[in-house]
Amino acid sequence: MKSRENLIQFGLLITALSTIVIHLLIALFIFQEGLPIILRVGINEFVCGTHWSPQQGQFGIFPMIVGTAWITAGAILVSLPLSLSCAIYLSEFSTPKVRGTIKPIIELLAGIPSVVYGFMGMVILFPMIRNHLGGAGPSILSASIILGIMILPTITSIAIDSLQAVPYSYREGSLSLGATRWQTIRMAILPAAKSGILSGIILGIGRAVGETMAVIMISGNSVIIPNSLFDPARTLTANIALEMNYAVGDHRQALFATGIVLFITIMILNIIANVLSRRGVEK
Amino acid sequence: MLKPILLEKLVKKILFVGTAITVFILFFIIFYILKNGLAVIDMEFLLSSPKDLGRAGGIFPCIVGTIVLSLIAILIATPLGVGAAIYLTEYTRKGRLISIIRFFTECLSGIPSIIFGLFGFVLFVVYLGFGWSILSGGLTTAFMLLPTIIRTSEEAIKAVPDYYREVSLSLGGTKWQTIVKVVLPSALPGIATGIILGIARSIEETAVVIFTAGSVLHLPTSLFDSCRTMSVHFYILAREGISMENAYGTAAVLIITILLINMFAYWLMHRLIAKYS
Amino acid sequence: MEDKIVVKNLNLYFDTLAVLRSINLNIKANEILSIIGPANSGKTSFLRTLNRLNDLIPTARITGEVLLDGLDIYKKDLSLPWLRRKVGMVFALPVPLPRSIFENIVYGPRLNGVTNKLRLEELTEKTLKAAFLWDEVKDRLHTSGTKLSGGQQQRLCIARTLALEPEVILLDEPCSGLDPLSTSKIEEALYELKKQYTIVLVTNNTKQAARVGDNVAFFLMGDLIEYGSTEQIFTVPSDKRTEDYITGRFG
Ligand SMILES: Nc1ncnc2c1ncn2[C@@H]1O[C@H](COP(=O)(O)OP(=O)(O)OP(=O)(O)O)[C@@H](O)[C@H]1O
Ligand SMILES: [Mg+2]
Repeated sequence: MKSRENLIQFGLLITALSTIVIHLLIALFIFQEGLPIILRVGINEFVCGTHWSPQQGQFGIFPMIVGTAWITAGAILVSLPLSLSCAIYLSEFSTPKVRGTIKPIIELLAGIPSVVYGFMGMVILFPMIRNHLGGAGPSILSASIILGIMILPTITSIAIDSLQAVPYSYREGSLSLGATRWQTIRMAILPAAKSGILSGIILGIGRAVGETMAVIMISGNSVIIPNSLFDPARTLTANIALEMNYAVGDHRQALFATGIVLFITIMILNIIANVLSRRGVEK
Repeated sequence: MLKPILLEKLVKKILFVGTAITVFILFFIIFYILKNGLAVIDMEFLLSSPKDLGRAGGIFPCIVGTIVLSLIAILIATPLGVGAAIYLTEYTRKGRLISIIRFFTECLSGIPSIIFGLFGFVLFVVYLGFGWSILSGGLTTAFMLLPTIIRTSEEAIKAVPDYYREVSLSLGGTKWQTIVKVVLPSALPGIATGIILGIARSIEETAVVIFTAGSVLHLPTSLFDSCRTMSVHFYILAREGISMENAYGTAAVLIITILLINMFAYWLMHRLIAKYS
Repeated sequence: MEDKIVVKNLNLYFDTLAVLRSINLNIKANEILSIIGPANSGKTSFLRTLNRLNDLIPTARITGEVLLDGLDIYKKDLSLPWLRRKVGMVFALPVPLPRSIFENIVYGPRLNGVTNKLRLEELTEKTLKAAFLWDEVKDRLHTSGTKLSGGQQQRLCIARTLALEPEVILLDEPCSGLDPLSTSKIEEALYELKKQYTIVLVTNNTKQAARVGDNVAFFLMGDLIEYGSTEQIFTVPSDKRTEDYITGRFG
């Protein structure tokens, strides 16, 4: 009896360790495939090199890093006003019933396939940009708008949870001192929920950096260092997805190396979000 | 300088508009896809094979591919994920190992699907020799779903009141008997919700699937066959401009499936909440 | 009469909080021992040390000895399911498992490997009769146990404990939420049960202790203040604090 229970516990421990094993395996395989070329080309040359022409043996991913940074920054700029509005409105100004209805609707946005978002960018945004702002359509601007919408649910949902986690006494305390609701939110609630909201934003950034299919469809994918919102750009993820199916040899390794850069970026963002959300809990 | 009361009214309006825009975007996307796609969908579209690269005909092989791939992913991710959730909630108190496992689970859920795609490609397609196949795709997707299933199962198990456990133990139950006979049955709606959301996630996934299951447009006959899921089919139709009409049709099928799945999950979750409050 | 349970120098801590201090108490076979005392005096915690349910609380720490028929129940590799079948427990709040009346009763026996349908049905009838519930539920054994009234639920929980065929039954304020009629039914059941079992009854109701107990132990803030026969405690308590409590001057 006892030994059977122990056996079961051991089996469950194995399943619990699976996420660690998978995580380490991912790191192992990606580094094993991608690290050699980084070492051969040199980290500096690989990360800061501006020429990407695999046929000529030139592997610089700086344009993709800049493209990813532009598009991600744009996405956050598009997303923040909307997601914070939603979060503050639903948490502080609406009834629990409205919140209970709208929150799942916003979370449903996360369920729409990313290829559908990309498609919406192609059929709705491109013509709009062409007709009103000029340019071809595929650009940093369109990618930012679509990605901004895609990361809305992540940020909104975590921000609502953080706001709701602020003890009710903060609100009562501030309101009883004669503050208006908005003053209360600004002076008492937002500061208390700051870490949680920030961790949501960081996770949103992670989503934007990692998004692939939608970005391929709307960012234009040219390997250039963009200098305006209307320029096309290529992200790290797009670089991998676009060339993987025909890449061989050094070229393939360079794509895995792009994966390494992406992996490290995401890990750093994850760690920051983790620390922030833990700090939010401890308070 | 505005008076505080006026300022508050203004802020409230602005926030409301922000919320309304967000909700509008969601409904617009759904409405737009359905408006253009519903007309394409009929029995013929659902049950016949594509012709001429998808320019004509239906999407039957893609539906089959999507279902089989999701099934494999869920069948692998569920036991692993629920097992891990049981271990994390029932067998361990706070400890170093637990925080490490939690941390890695969080991180795994943040890893972009393209990285999973690369990993699945090296491990399953190349290294283990499964090739571009439903099996490779299902296994890789399973890994991707794992964090979601662990998290939702953990929450469902934690929501089971402690007095059920005490009753079962006081009646001479072992820990495992208590888990199987009392805890899991009570947590079932919550666990099922996680699994259902996992199904939705595996249906919409595209990057992982292209890298590991390929995109061959035919009816798969074995687990080692490549397949093209609906999402991949839609992507190829739209991106290569093969047929806008069929792209809309495929997108509508996808959106309807995902809406139904989400609604079902939402309903299940509410049953769970109703049960314990 | 012989001692069924011997508690020697028992201390219980939750973290640094001492909940029970140096408890020495002998519980005789086939008697009802009532435990009385104000809230938070450690009555529930004491019961839970007797079937080792406090093991579930990560911060709990125990020193001293508890002997059941001379056997130290805190000895290493003692089988907890075995112990809990010998020492059954009825909780303050009735918690039927979310399944039928029949399934509630046979839950324990099934876990112990009893599969014979006939045997389980016999057991159900016998225990429900002993808990004075049979007549009220015999026609709906397969409806949910959670649909019963509070008093019926508590008697179901008693029957469920009896189905373990235990030797000791621990009851933690089993009548706290019940009306007088249900209470008297349960007391009647207890009176019958002590012929076969050793019963430890925690109660907030001193009158109940006076009615059904053979002996009484008075707990206060983690100390066992006084132990004696029901008659002695309720007529000539030797400690001032006991007297204050039973005359309702505090608590
Ligand atoms: N799980 C726990 N963790 C920490 N402290 C606990 C726990 N359970 C009980 N305590 C503490 O132990 C003390 C004794 O509690 P106990 O429940 O045994 O009292 P009681 O005599 O049964 O009271 P009541 O008449 O209210 O049921 C209390 O101070 C209580 O706060
Ligand atoms: Mg108590």
